[in-house]
Amino acid sequence: MNKKSNDSVIMKGNEALAEAAIRAGCRFYSGYPITPQTEVLEYLSWRMPEVGGEFIQTEDELAGINMIYGASAAGERVLTSSAGPGFSLLQEGISYLVAADLPAVIIDVARLGSGLGDIFQSQSDYELATKGNGHGDTMVITLTPASVQETVEFVYLAYELSEKYRHPVLILSDAAIGQMMEGVTFPELSEHDINKYDWSVKGRKKGSEPRKITNVSYFCEGGYYGYEAIYADKIKKIAENEQRWESINVEDAEIVTVAYGISSRICKEATELARESGLKLGLIRLKTATPFPVKAFDEISKDCKALLLVEMSISAQLKSDVVVASKGKLPIYAYLSSVDVPESEKVVEIANKIILDEAKEELVYEP
Amino acid sequence: MNLKAPEFMMNGKTSFCPGCGHGIIGRTLFENAVEMGYEEKLITVVDVACCSLFMYSTDCDFVGAAHGRVLPTAIGVKRSRKDNLVVAYHGDGAAYSIGMAHTMWSAIRNENITVIVVNNQVFGMTGGQMAPTTLNGQKTTSTPLGRDINLSGSPFDVTKVLKSFDIAYLARGSVDSPAEISKTKKYIANGIKNQMEGKGFSLIEVLSPCPTNWNVTPLDAIKHMNETVKNVFALGEFIKDGVVL
Repeated sequence: MNKKSNDSVIMKGNEALAEAAIRAGCRFYSGYPITPQTEVLEYLSWRMPEVGGEFIQTEDELAGINMIYGASAAGERVLTSSAGPGFSLLQEGISYLVAADLPAVIIDVARLGSGLGDIFQSQSDYELATKGNGHGDTMVITLTPASVQETVEFVYLAYELSEKYRHPVLILSDAAIGQMMEGVTFPELSEHDINKYDWSVKGRKKGSEPRKITNVSYFCEGGYYGYEAIYADKIKKIAENEQRWESINVEDAEIVTVAYGISSRICKEATELARESGLKLGLIRLKTATPFPVKAFDEISKDCKALLLVEMSISAQLKSDVVVASKGKLPIYAYLSSVDVPESEKVVEIANKIILDEAKEELVYEP
Repeated sequence: MNLKAPEFMMNGKTSFCPGCGHGIIGRTLFENAVEMGYEEKLITVVDVACCSLFMYSTDCDFVGAAHGRVLPTAIGVKRSRKDNLVVAYHGDGAAYSIGMAHTMWSAIRNENITVIVVNNQVFGMTGGQMAPTTLNGQKTTSTPLGRDINLSGSPFDVTKVLKSFDIAYLARGSVDSPAEISKTKKYIANGIKNQMEGKGFSLIEVLSPCPTNWNVTPLDAIKHMNETVKNVFALGEFIKDGVVL
């Protein structure tokens, strides 16, 4: 890749993500190989030295996340990436990044199952990505791209948000989007100055205030209560200002699907397919999973009969968020395709069954 | 020898126990930084628990790391700011138990950082449980009958392991007497010099008393170090300028 901005190319999702990080000014990557995210690591192993950045293949994911913790404390724009079992190992470090108010971008290219599961596509990390984030009251901003282009745009957005709030941002991709090749246009190059922020450690000049990056809440200004107030205010602001979503035909829909990532592309197709057959199907596509776009649900038609979750998981992981967002007023059905990418025809079929009250098996919540 | 510690470590907020060795070890580090002209370049990365108390008694730039993740954190800082002096400061529990993989891999990659490991044979802040360095037969709150090496293995001696690695510097000091403190300060100075000359990984282990968790007076703690601890953990330099001594 040359360094020209606005390049349009055909690229694999994971590689486009890695290139986007470079162009967004990231100059520090540390991580460990695991399918299906390894292309991020492989790509940066040659690309990062090209731009004078640091690339380290670490001894494990713990080293990966803690190296970016150190590099971020030093003011660098940082990245680590993992998948499934490796994402579990990142949780501790994510909690420390939150506690220490450190910006960082973390990638989970979700894969199938618990345990080792398998390397295939799945959306089974939603709960961990949105309700996990390590021990304590932690919440990160979670972005859910649905295409290679959106992955690239979200990398830029992730750095912007992580520095705006001094908070880690997670990009929840999946094996399908990470592995597929699509056309992509890269945004303008972004430069990052490592000395840009006052708070980062640089070595204390005589007579000036020291900088102390701490993850210990009782050592913060104002002790526990000071920490609580600062953190509560931060997550409130994030929840209020950073909800992102795309709505399609929700104003008159009888059934609204709720999906993110690869599944949301299928749902988009299904809304068109359904309209051709006379069924008013809508879609709420999450762009942020945390904060969850509750505001999107205010726009739903009063004639809406039910919500349909479309997820590649075994359990309906979106359920609790959607129950809250819809204030528990609508029945919720789920089309859970686990390892298989959902089919648009099947989305329409289930939606029709819901209208005819024949979708008992798919019912996951009743008001 | 200076009779007064550097001003930036005298803000009055120290909270180490009476007779603890941390304050002395920290002072040798900070004095070295000042005397060698690196005061304004110093970034210290500390582990949780007792080590983290330096962050509040000392007014220089610090990064508090997760327990056992001091080395990856320090590597992140150093690789981002190559002109700075980056010192990783942690205990034997962090370095040889939960963070052992990082100790090995930082040495294998010969990372250009200076590492201080405080060896007091116990987990201090949690109340004196068995550490990797706990002596054979030593009673702790998790080995009430004494450490049984058939059950828990022998005390870990880092010098025996790292001697076979291609690293810049390896030494063990102690803070039981002015003479040993003076040598320890020199070892730490060597570790700093190596880093600033880009020679790679330096590890200085320092034997330190923990009267609180050894259940003895500060004076008896020093006696115990001289009569027992130093017989298990040999003092001196083991690797210098990359050469095994």
